[in-house]
Amino acid sequence: MPKPRVAFYWCASCGGCEETVVDLAEDILGVVEKVDIALWPVALDFKYKDVAALPDQSLLATLLNGAIRTSEQEEMAVLLRRKSRYLIAYGACAHLGGIPALANQFSREQVLRFNYEDAPSVVNESRTRPQVHCEDQGRTPHLPEFRHVVRALDQVVDVDFYIPGCPPTPNLTRAAFDALLSGKLPPKGSVLAPDIALCDECPRKASKPTNVAFTEFKRPHQGLWDAGQCFLAQGVVCLGPATRSGCGAACPRGNMPCTGCFGPTSRVRDQGAKMLSSLCANLAARDEEGIQRALAGIPDPVGTFYRYGLAKCLLRRKVSLPTNGD
Amino acid sequence: MNRPNDIRIGFYVCHCGHNIAAMVDCPAVAQYVGTLPGVVLSRDYKYMCSDPGQELIRQDIREFGLNRVVVASCSPLLHEQTFRSAVEAAGLNPFYFHMVNIREHNSWVHTDRIRATEKARALARAAIERVVHHKPLEIVKVPIHPDVLVVGGGIAGIHAALTLANAGKKVYLVEREPSIGGHMAKFDKTFPTLDCAACILTPKMSEVGSHPNITLWSYSEVVKVDGFVGNYTVQVKRKARYIHEDLCTGCQDCIAHCVYKEPKFEDLFNEGLGKRKPVYIPFPQATPQVVLIDPEVCLNFKRNKNPDGTPIVSDKCKKTCVEACGEKRAIDFTQKDEIREIKVGTILVCTGFKTFDARRVPAYGYGIYPNVYTALEVERLVNASGPTGGEVLLREGKNPDGTPRKPRSIGIIHCVGSRDKKTNLWCSRVCCMYSMKLAHLLKEHTGAEIYNFYIDIRTPGKGYEEFYNKLLEEGTHFIRGRVGEVTDWAMTPEEEGKLVIRVEDTLAGVVRRIPVDMVVLATGLEPQADAPEVRRLFNMSCGGDGWFLERHPKLAPVNTFTDGVFLAGCCQGPKDIPDTVAQAGAAAAEALALIDRGYVEQEPNTAYILEQECSGCKSCLPLCPYTAILFDEGRQKAYINEALCKGCGTCVGSCPSGSIVQKLFEDQEIFSEIAGVLAGEPAPAEPS
Repeated sequence: MPKPRVAFYWCASCGGCEETVVDLAEDILGVVEKVDIALWPVALDFKYKDVAALPDQSLLATLLNGAIRTSEQEEMAVLLRRKSRYLIAYGACAHLGGIPALANQFSREQVLRFNYEDAPSVVNESRTRPQVHCEDQGRTPHLPEFRHVVRALDQVVDVDFYIPGCPPTPNLTRAAFDALLSGKLPPKGSVLAPDIALCDECPRKASKPTNVAFTEFKRPHQGLWDAGQCFLAQGVVCLGPATRSGCGAACPRGNMPCTGCFGPTSRVRDQGAKMLSSLCANLAARDEEGIQRALAGIPDPVGTFYRYGLAKCLLRRKVSLPTNGD
Repeated sequence: MNRPNDIRIGFYVCHCGHNIAAMVDCPAVAQYVGTLPGVVLSRDYKYMCSDPGQELIRQDIREFGLNRVVVASCSPLLHEQTFRSAVEAAGLNPFYFHMVNIREHNSWVHTDRIRATEKARALARAAIERVVHHKPLEIVKVPIHPDVLVVGGGIAGIHAALTLANAGKKVYLVEREPSIGGHMAKFDKTFPTLDCAACILTPKMSEVGSHPNITLWSYSEVVKVDGFVGNYTVQVKRKARYIHEDLCTGCQDCIAHCVYKEPKFEDLFNEGLGKRKPVYIPFPQATPQVVLIDPEVCLNFKRNKNPDGTPIVSDKCKKTCVEACGEKRAIDFTQKDEIREIKVGTILVCTGFKTFDARRVPAYGYGIYPNVYTALEVERLVNASGPTGGEVLLREGKNPDGTPRKPRSIGIIHCVGSRDKKTNLWCSRVCCMYSMKLAHLLKEHTGAEIYNFYIDIRTPGKGYEEFYNKLLEEGTHFIRGRVGEVTDWAMTPEEEGKLVIRVEDTLAGVVRRIPVDMVVLATGLEPQADAPEVRRLFNMSCGGDGWFLERHPKLAPVNTFTDGVFLAGCCQGPKDIPDTVAQAGAAAAEALALIDRGYVEQEPNTAYILEQECSGCKSCLPLCPYTAILFDEGRQKAYINEALCKGCGTCVGSCPSGSIVQKLFEDQEIFSEIAGVLAGEPAPAEPS
């Protein structure tokens, strides 16, 4: 019996998700034993046309990481969707938009102008910007188009499962492969991680007082934090209560607060709004001035509460743009 | 969003006479809603709340097999129960009904009929989307504890407590002062009948003191209230009076034998006009008839205190009081404040008022000129058991023989601290009448010329206008005009040594200067200084003016927004004794109605925690205003006591992992409602 074939693909991402596959370490051998890798641009040389030539649905699964910003990423997402029985959004960017989606605070024009003209490190006197077509030595190369917004994978194509995390942890990846290969899959649309918030598995949980009554907030670099005490009790914003568990509380164990990369539980539409609601309801101050003083400790609320989830959140983008990317 | 199958919605839009129909095109709304998915029939009707209107719903449910009903009419506060009952009578779970408010939220507040109709369509569409997801819910019945707490022992609290006790209910009456009686106990006579206040009040006070069903805790304060209608747990602080109430017989030998031979300390019951000893009883008819010791001035206590503010016994006094008490052994200098916990089902708040501080209007000279008095001081002056034995004697000025002087002319200034943007906007309602009563009594006691300075005379009670006429006939002067100032600056020899009242007589159209010996300020009524704390304690609301807010000014005047907590007397707003007593009776009746039914029905829109999903982050715990959320240390998860939950939704909104669900407000219900209201429709053509 031929081995099932899988593909790994990356879009707007940092490469960290690819690392996680490598982080399977010896377990990768077990995976390779059971599957053939049909496409993995970061590790092996394949041609896109080979993928295009595959019969539809011939891949068991594609694990796609990264958000969708360019027309090329969109094309590949559509193509891999067609070729795969299961399309899996792998990692926070494919799942929720991730860090790249923070760019949705700015219009395409703002992004391009800054990166090609205004940024202090840029020298570009002719103010050249990337073009979709250009003439070069008699040839006309095509470049992907830079879309208006960053999207999560399921805002472009139908997605079967999500493996959360920035990056996903090896144990979740391993479990996902086990589920895929054994065919014991949860309902379509599931996030392949526990559906309970991180506090459940956080070693600091017991140290959280009943009433935190925030008086001020500090950012992680602004103090030395008690490694045994709940971050919220120390006045550090920790998104643990609003974030899906499954990572084993890796950040709190490393004395850093949770930043929310696993996204919300299945019951929450907007992770940032939920965390804000919970945090603000627990402020000690009841007067405008006291509230302002406490919240001044959170200078970047979007980056704090929507670090990974901006593409999928309920907030309108800074500029009102169509959500289909055009 | 997944949609249950076999949805059969009946929609009704009510004209409410012209209330809605004048601003909303009801037939057009009905016609539009009839086109929405799941809607089996859609009607408009003149009065949905009428019997035929309700019958229409019942009939349609049976005939058309409806399984959801939406009525667009007035506020759910008014008729949600009506329609739920109608739906239930036809065999449908009442929570398959949903109400849309197109009156208060629409027709009454808009002026553009086309857009108001469009809004009615949007609101109806939202309800149609929402009601699809409704689930059948059960109303839970919770038993009511039959005991009652009455807070405040003025005439309101006394009357309410007696009414309840006479009906066989156990009543705890908690009074902050050492005796019950409140302001009424300080009054000499009551208007308009001129009954002696003590003669009508003290029998009721002693009845309270001896009633087998009343536990009277004077010199006590409620410090904590937990629980909910039918099941309140209340903590009461019984302040140390250094006397064992059960041992004191009220003989007052201790007072007679106090080392202070003469009363020396300010007597607050007499508005500071008299003196008392460190051991005292506030007034002769005080109930309970139990003395108390003031540790601030008693020689057996040190003048410094413990860090927690409690007095320290010095044991330096000869303690002649203890000797006098003898075998009764009622005096105990080591007594401490005590916290008692009681369980009650209902609470009546009758905490009364304070009088306006006349110093806040310096132009009238109170606190500057000794012969300016407040009305309450004059009540004590004319009272036979008052500090002067009923003689009206001036604070300043002596007769040639050295005896205190009686006033020969008196000015009574109305509306001090009332009807004034600078102080309080409201009319205190009792000042016109008590001013005229005092005018009558002062004339009777002194034969002086009496001048009343008024803005308007307001005498709307039974027999009040007649009393006014009687005063006019008695020769009391009435001058219409707000007094500008009271001054001792004499401009003529006749004004020397007098207080001059400067006023524009708005009837005569002249500014007048009227010299008098005595000025009485008819101070208005104000909420108690600690009303905000009391409000929080009992979870009530205050109006912008600070008076406790009734649930509905006309239809629920003694109810509050917290079930089982009722209001009576001046804590709800200024009122006279007849109104106070009537209101106290009404509050008692409302409490009785609850108690005798034996149970309360609990709205089932309570919240519950998804046990598997709760991460135990504790974010919700401090937020619950009803302390309904508890933490299970064993399972490390939160849980909600649904009997305590009032369905406010605070925890639901703030649960960061979405693990709290509120019945009737589930995410799917709310999101589909939002989707419905935002779904939009082609804009109606502008009329050409």
